Amino acid sequence: MITRREKIAGGAANFIDERTGAAKWVKKSLQKVFPDHWSFMLGEIALYSFIILLLSGTFLTFWFVPSQEELVYNGSYLPLNGVKMSAAYESTLNISFDVRGGLLMRQVHHWAALLFLAAMVAHLMRVFFTGAFRKPRELNWIFGVALLTLGIVEGFLGYSLPDDLLSGTGIRIAEAIIQAIPVIGTYLAFFAFGGDFPGELFIPRIYTVHVLLLPGIFLALITVHLMLVWYQKHTQYPGAGRTEKNVVGYPLLPVYMAKAGGFFFIVFGVTVLLGAFASINPIWIFGPYTPTQISAGSQPDWYMGWLDGLVRMAPPLETYLFGYTISWNILIPGLIVPGIIFTGMALYPFIEAWATGDKREHHLLDRPRNAPTRTAIGAMSLTFMIVSLINGGNDLIATHFGLSINQIMWGTRISIIVLPPLAYVITKRVCLSLQRYDRELVLHGRETGRLVMLPHGEYIEVHEPISPEQAHLLTQHQQALPLDAPAIDANGVAPRAGIKAKVRRRLSKAMLGEQIAKPTAEDVKALEGGHH
Amino acid sequence: MSNQLEPLADPGLPHHVHRKADTDPKAEKRAERQVSILFLLSTAGTLLFIYSFIWIPTDLFVFLPLFGNINAHNLGIGAGLGFALFFIGAGAVHWAKTLMPDEEVIAQRHEMRSSDEDRASFVATVKAEAGKVQLGRRSMIKRSLGLALGLVGLSPIILLRDLGPLPEQRLLKTTWDTGVRIVTDPGNRPIRPEDLEVGAIAHVLPQIDDPEHRKLSDIAKDAAILIRVRPAELKLSEERMSWTHEGIIAFSKICSHMGCPVALYEQQTKHLLCPCHQSTFDVPTGAKVIFGPAARPLPQLAITVDGEGYLVAAAPFNEPVGPSFWERNI
Repeated sequence: MITRREKIAGGAANFIDERTGAAKWVKKSLQKVFPDHWSFMLGEIALYSFIILLLSGTFLTFWFVPSQEELVYNGSYLPLNGVKMSAAYESTLNISFDVRGGLLMRQVHHWAALLFLAAMVAHLMRVFFTGAFRKPRELNWIFGVALLTLGIVEGFLGYSLPDDLLSGTGIRIAEAIIQAIPVIGTYLAFFAFGGDFPGELFIPRIYTVHVLLLPGIFLALITVHLMLVWYQKHTQYPGAGRTEKNVVGYPLLPVYMAKAGGFFFIVFGVTVLLGAFASINPIWIFGPYTPTQISAGSQPDWYMGWLDGLVRMAPPLETYLFGYTISWNILIPGLIVPGIIFTGMALYPFIEAWATGDKREHHLLDRPRNAPTRTAIGAMSLTFMIVSLINGGNDLIATHFGLSINQIMWGTRISIIVLPPLAYVITKRVCLSLQRYDRELVLHGRETGRLVMLPHGEYIEVHEPISPEQAHLLTQHQQALPLDAPAIDANGVAPRAGIKAKVRRRLSKAMLGEQIAKPTAEDVKALEGGHH
Repeated sequence: MSNQLEPLADPGLPHHVHRKADTDPKAEKRAERQVSILFLLSTAGTLLFIYSFIWIPTDLFVFLPLFGNINAHNLGIGAGLGFALFFIGAGAVHWAKTLMPDEEVIAQRHEMRSSDEDRASFVATVKAEAGKVQLGRRSMIKRSLGLALGLVGLSPIILLRDLGPLPEQRLLKTTWDTGVRIVTDPGNRPIRPEDLEVGAIAHVLPQIDDPEHRKLSDIAKDAAILIRVRPAELKLSEERMSWTHEGIIAFSKICSHMGCPVALYEQQTKHLLCPCHQSTFDVPTGAKVIFGPAARPLPQLAITVDGEGYLVAAAPFNEPVGPSFWERNI
């Protein structure tokens, strides 16, 4: 018996399939398995906030006027009546005060942007610390780094559009960075701004980049990023029943779809609630941009804060050579260091694979402790970023905690050199300790906290063996050895190695040289013999 | 490379534990009810959204503890829409977690690499097709195509040439010139030395014919500050001393680091501070950098008074103002 509903659905499906042959592919796709873990939702948050950005951004374009034409405000926000401002700033005021829902959408858009970047960074950390970037996923890692880099640019252009005092100051700084590029900087700045700063062309130009060019590139990159995830199948955490050859999880239909779809609405809902309750970027308080005014405590959005922090702590260095000027105080923090960081990040999967000589595919994630050097590198980079970010807010920290700006600046100048290596060493030691702890767990079991007095008076703590599932989890990882040193010949002379080989061996030793041997079945058996 | 240690035996996927709703019809009914309630809460949210949009006035403010004074219209539509969206999601997730099948399934992976046969046949195909068009032999075509593609790639760069004018002398010059009167910003009023008390600071611009239509691009280079100290406190060379007037000293207001306005003046320490990156300039020594990332002092403007007793520039700036650039010749 076919119901009416089945008949309609069947008809529609038939129509599509006869024209596309989709039934086979869709059937397979609906059964596609997705592993489940909270940390896999971080990338999802980034994707959903991007969709929220497209929706709320489209709304804003209906009223926003991307023009620096100067006019005198005469509208419903009385404190600014009679003030000269650009059409861009005026239309942002109108969106905030006269378009119903305009303020909400502006705030949703800004919150979603902060969330977009935060989710990308969190997702990046998850992928890094679990080694998800390893073969075959290096390309997706690079797409990810590209998305993050463009995300920072897109965010900066976005908050520059309203042409308020705070964002205009940000543009001024961006202009100074462009201008500092040796040889071509002045020309680039004049081309970007259509002449002297600020001119009247910059806002309309970055508007096109912000609403058309970059979102288009985002869409393309995100599509490829997701297609690769789909095609390569998602990584999974190790555990009983999970191997490099299988993927354990829930099928796309219905569970994963319901959870992921539901999660989209949750992210959207939370973003709108933020827009309802938490004011963000109140541009009417800052006033319109003019090059002669500024407010104390000027801060960029958080994802630019580290860059500003680096610029603030840079030493006052300039070189004057043959009538030309090189501004190291801008170039180093503004271009060279970020360039090294992002290039290093993009290349990291290849550097690690080269150092470890690992050419296998990896679908089981690493527990961070089992890759101590990678985890330590991650902790070191994070520390660097956090110190820079703190210095990006040094003026606010100074006023809030009653410190002098000079103390904070010197504190971060020293910290940025001392703390990252310290973080590296500590993290590596902690990882090795955790490895030792795992070994203890497998060999001697869990501490129960129960003390027992033996007949001859000795106290012992009773240990309880861990479950076979946990024992497998704690011993499933591969422990690769460093690359072999070349054999020493009969005369006791090592063959001459090129500098490349030497570097590779050094790196390999740093990567894999120190590990706590995981227990084997033989170890466990030997101990059991002794215990019972 | 691995030292080949085997993990302890894999006991396989843990035994599946049934949820309450799988076995107890009562729990199942309860879960169903909960999901529906969540969806109904979403409906209530949308109703709140519609009500707020139409009936709450946009200029009404309410006080919320923790949040302060908050626009009621924005709050109403935002809370309504936010809850409407959130509860759809909460309902769907709750549905998936309590009622949808929760048995994990296993799928097999396959190596990304194509099989050796496929790879061999791919190479063979490419070679055969390349052979058919005799790609190896037509080197003249290849070279000329390369040249054509390379040259046509230049055209976007040429097309973008008119994005802006060449810098030429624009970064080197400001509106300041010998005899140009110094006027307040804002206000456009000329200033007499006696208008400034010792310890005072004035934000100034050069006087122009049509101050109503001053271009931002000019302001971004012309902005300056006047500060009055006791003449004895100035520690300047004789030449620089002659650029001051009765203890009034003028500097470019555009930071020599990245161009922010150096607008914070500490009267007691006589320091000028740029709020962007905290470069600190010492006024009595000619705005020397005493802290922060700026590498150069603020350019000093030579000033004097004209016949009517108003402050004027005695000469243009003798160096470019604002941030450094490649062609800047000290």
